[in-house]
Amino acid sequence: MSTVSWSGRLFDWFNYIFLTFLMVLTMYPLLHVAFASLSDASELMKHSGMLWKPLGFSMDAYVNVFRNPMIASGYTNTLIILVGGLALNIVLTSFGAYALSRRSLRYRKQIMLFFVFTMFFSGGLIPFYFAVMNLGLGNSLLALIVPTAVNTFNLIIMRTAFDAIPESLEESAKIDGANDFVILFRIILPLSLPVVAVILLYYGVSHWNAWFNASIFLQDRAKYPLQLVLREILLQGEASAMAEGAATEDVAMLSATLKYATIMVATVPILLVYPLLQRYFVKGALIGAVKG
Amino acid sequence: MKAMGRVLFDVRKNKYLYVMLLPLFVYYVLFHYQPMYGAMIAFKDFSPRLGIIGSPWAGFGHFMDFFQGAYFWRTIRNTFMISFYDLIFGFPAPIVLALLLNEIRVQIFKRTVQTLTYLPHFISLVVICGMIKDFTSSNGIINDIIAFFGGERHSLLLEPGLFRTIYVSTDIWQHIGWGTIIYLAALTGIDPERYEAAKIDGAGRWKQMLHITIPGILPTITVLLILNLGRMMNLGFEKIILLYSPGVYETADVISSYVYRVGLQDFNYSFSSAVGLFNSAIGFILVISSNWLSRKLNDTSLW
Repeated sequence: MSTVSWSGRLFDWFNYIFLTFLMVLTMYPLLHVAFASLSDASELMKHSGMLWKPLGFSMDAYVNVFRNPMIASGYTNTLIILVGGLALNIVLTSFGAYALSRRSLRYRKQIMLFFVFTMFFSGGLIPFYFAVMNLGLGNSLLALIVPTAVNTFNLIIMRTAFDAIPESLEESAKIDGANDFVILFRIILPLSLPVVAVILLYYGVSHWNAWFNASIFLQDRAKYPLQLVLREILLQGEASAMAEGAATEDVAMLSATLKYATIMVATVPILLVYPLLQRYFVKGALIGAVKG
Repeated sequence: MKAMGRVLFDVRKNKYLYVMLLPLFVYYVLFHYQPMYGAMIAFKDFSPRLGIIGSPWAGFGHFMDFFQGAYFWRTIRNTFMISFYDLIFGFPAPIVLALLLNEIRVQIFKRTVQTLTYLPHFISLVVICGMIKDFTSSNGIINDIIAFFGGERHSLLLEPGLFRTIYVSTDIWQHIGWGTIIYLAALTGIDPERYEAAKIDGAGRWKQMLHITIPGILPTITVLLILNLGRMMNLGFEKIILLYSPGVYETADVISSYVYRVGLQDFNYSFSSAVGLFNSAIGFILVISSNWLSRKLNDTSLW
């Protein structure tokens, strides 16, 4: 049975070494940020090369990040968008998925095509911009909630799941005089909790990551979601502005660690819940793949 | 009239279903079909004051300006080059990783590799780009390593020759692990008896991979390839505008980033809409034709 060839064993060795190297390569950038954020700013400035542990130890950067009102307001706005957005997302998506999975609906194919066509053709950025602005949504958090109310891909995933529920289950309810709203909320949704979780997760991640619409629709900095605040700090060089209050020679120094602490504060919450949710994410990726 | 009657009959019969669908109709009309109608401004000299209807017609003038303009070839070339690199390096990367993981027999090692390589997928794009900017800056970690080996320090993101490499390699770094999920699932669907039969016939591991494993996941590969081709025209637009700067437009500016800059930063609405409509049309043709091609070649298609 165990006729392991030399080439086979050589391959196994190569494989383990390569995958270990890949893990290090994946994790190092994240660890580098973590170590740098906890380092003493002046030591970090002098240092050159890889980091395998924090240089010295200082929480100054974190204190400054938490003191920054933009981080707090960014988090608050993102939370508002998440709660409001998810409520709208799940109601509309399950309405659509339910209606389109009913065989009694004569034109369901045509209606589906009407929705799916938008996945393959769009009017473009500028007409979309004016469509949103003309509804009076400019400079409002609603501009980040309403235009992303339904994602066609998620609608397809949910409809596929509803399609798989045997219709006999609802028939008795129908005879008892239950209407479609009752059937959806009392029978279909409770039977589909895993897919509801997956869909919520998908919408949640896209709300959390979104920054582009906010950057074109919002003028008021107090309304910025977290990602837009992060863009200012990480990509538009506002880190030094955050260190204000410190003596000028300290500003450059502090901003070096501030960036890293900001990344940590914006990323660790996600990475903490991630192991709990991984199962659902994987399931979602698979449901999505089936119906691609 | 008869058709109208049939529709009305269906609406009356399924009134609750249509009540549910109503908000979706409103949503799709307002945020998807209205912009398609609004794309008409590509053929006009649009001014917000006059509105879509009131603005004077310009025919194909804006399209001609784009086709003959200085940036036509640059944006086309960059769009296709970045997509091409992504296709050559980014697309096969998770397939190779999935095949390597499939050969690992120690389950705990396999699961550790999976869990750790999934992680970067969950970091937001803005943060990823922030990290890229920091690591590639002239006193960042990558330059520290270059300097250690005697190289010269320079800001890598400002090098036109490096932009595509940075873009594609960081994309692989972020998504390679996540991308394996679909292939690993497809791999579990392969009948183990086929491997047993191959072993009896004297096929080694390399032969088994070539003749059983890869054909087994080929339909999955095809579907994902079609999806990728279809998305080509919008691929990575947000990442590009987060990372690029005027100094690297030569290699970084793609059609969609050009649409954004001309439209929303220079307020050249009609011209930008024309370029955007051109982009959408090419994208649409790409989806349709790649789907047709894959149905011809191996009977796998999206519809």
